[in-house]
Amino acid sequence: MIKIDSAFRRDGKAFITFLTAGDPSLEDTARYIGIMQDNGADLIEVGIPFSDPIAEGPVIQAADLRALSGGVDTDRIFDMLEGIEKKVPIVFMSYLNPVFFYGYDRFFARCRKAGVCGIIIPDAPFEESGEVKRAAKPYGITVVDMVAPTSEERIKKVCAHSKGFIYLVSSLGVTGMRKNIVTDIGAVVGKIRQTSRTPVCVGFGISGPEQARNMSSLSDGAIIGSAIVRIIAEHGSRADEPLRAFISEVSAAVHGK
Amino acid sequence: MADRKGRFGDFGGQYVPETLMSALEELETAYKKYSRDAQFRAELKGLLEDYAGRPSRLYYAKKLSEYAGGAKIYLKREDLNHTGSHKINNALGQALLAKKMGKSRLIAETGAGQHGVATATAAALLGLECEVFMGEEDTIRQALNVYRMKLLGAKVTAVKTGTRTLKDAVNECMREWSCRIADTHYCLGSVMGPHPFPTMVRDFQAIISKEARAQILRKEGRLPRAVVACVGGGSNAIGSFYNFIGDEGVRLIGCEAAGKGVESFETAATIATGKLGVFHGMKSLFCQNEYGQIASVYSISAGLDYPGIGPEHAHLNAVGRAEYVPVTDEQAVEAFGLLSRTEGIIPAIESAHAVYYAVKVAAQYSAEDNIIVCLSGRGDKDVAAIARYKGENIYD
Repeated sequence: MIKIDSAFRRDGKAFITFLTAGDPSLEDTARYIGIMQDNGADLIEVGIPFSDPIAEGPVIQAADLRALSGGVDTDRIFDMLEGIEKKVPIVFMSYLNPVFFYGYDRFFARCRKAGVCGIIIPDAPFEESGEVKRAAKPYGITVVDMVAPTSEERIKKVCAHSKGFIYLVSSLGVTGMRKNIVTDIGAVVGKIRQTSRTPVCVGFGISGPEQARNMSSLSDGAIIGSAIVRIIAEHGSRADEPLRAFISEVSAAVHGK
Repeated sequence: MADRKGRFGDFGGQYVPETLMSALEELETAYKKYSRDAQFRAELKGLLEDYAGRPSRLYYAKKLSEYAGGAKIYLKREDLNHTGSHKINNALGQALLAKKMGKSRLIAETGAGQHGVATATAAALLGLECEVFMGEEDTIRQALNVYRMKLLGAKVTAVKTGTRTLKDAVNECMREWSCRIADTHYCLGSVMGPHPFPTMVRDFQAIISKEARAQILRKEGRLPRAVVACVGGGSNAIGSFYNFIGDEGVRLIGCEAAGKGVESFETAATIATGKLGVFHGMKSLFCQNEYGQIASVYSISAGLDYPGIGPEHAHLNAVGRAEYVPVTDEQAVEAFGLLSRTEGIIPAIESAHAVYYAVKVAAQYSAEDNIIVCLSGRGDKDVAAIARYKGENIYD
């Protein structure tokens, strides 16, 4: 299992990519993970599709729906991940219910077997994450903490024991591309650094190389989800080339090339 | 009953994105402050009495009781409130609280449209902007209520994601709230969602049982054998139960929407068919598949068409203090007609679920006993849909 910290090994910055498992099929997801890790993604978030993704904007909502209507389920996602070669750390992005209902022990045991080193759970805020963190720990799986522009005084509490990386939500609202990110990211990162030395990566609303360059210059990395999912939505099973081009371009921007 | 983190036994909690946590903290602090504030309480009391028409009547349904053949059936007439349902109790409470918090805008989800209408009404009265999110499917089933909300000055947004019903309207409200927190209060309509909503909404609805308990003691000199109410998220039921929870001899009975039957896939009976999960901000029971994907549910009643149940109900069920029973579409439609013919009262199709089962419960007791049914809403909104159910081609 490749651990999260190896994502920052190159130059201290990480380019983190997201895709929804099973959109449009698990075979495509397996191939797209390969393309991402070969073209400059430093860490890959694999989304477990959920029927009711309350933190997602329209692009990822639609991807979840496509994946679920294609018959994807948690077991088949694990099977797919067990079968691929991993060159960068892989983490899950999942709402809590699919993990809870699968059974924490059963879920994290399979994560370990499949080489998934962490999980981001958007609907398990600090106060509710104790249970799942305790369950993940014996398997060596990191539960990533999230900070939002509204966190303010909560930062101290949320980041005190953060592991892996801290997911800084760039803006109010749901996932999806934004023209401008108005939050003073530098200031929030500064506040987090008073509490934690864990790397901070910025996600929500980053659509391309320019924003990724800006955000990662203010933090330790940039996370891109919706912009990638949109490429997959547009090209379906034939997104290899456009993905390759997009990932290399953004990776170069994040790593200052 | 809920502890500081909003737990009812194993159920409840605050499972929302980090972005919303500060908003929930702000709400919890404000609610704690104003729920103890004499002026706030007096203002709300004034609105409930002079504007909404409280206290609602406790009516002895003599002909229905004779039909049932057993205990006297009393109807708690929440249908006679302004806007035609119990939803106004909570909407006025939250709208007044939002105003005190300096918010200028309310957002709300609605299923049947009753909570949407109540929120739009409270917003109009208190001078707040209002946007109601309603599943597209429900905007068709309840077209009249959509127009009613618009008349009241609210914007109605049809939700076109997922199953296009109540749960999707809640999803969209959570998304909208996380986009716009500073000036917006999410006026959640039931005893569900993240803390403090289940506790706060229950407190605003508990006036139902506070009045009913005093009324029945005055009329009958004894407590009821049972209190019966319909349950979707469960706000009228918890409001009807709350002040009777300490009265051990009083059975508390929640009637879930079984749709076409709990053996079918077309049901919304959460206690009967749901399993423990985490959704919409709370740990509770939900209708879901083997991978924890939330199931699409079905009921003739848009107001009960929800895949979960409030955490306090899940707790009352777990500890055996309340009973929950499934009532099908067919049974509810039968009771809809029965109450209309025997008492000249057309109940909301939601409330008709409770009426159906109350007739069964009454038959288990004798004429010296009484039971109370919460008539949570009036049925004008349902007339066209019931006609269509019976194969008559009437449109709103």
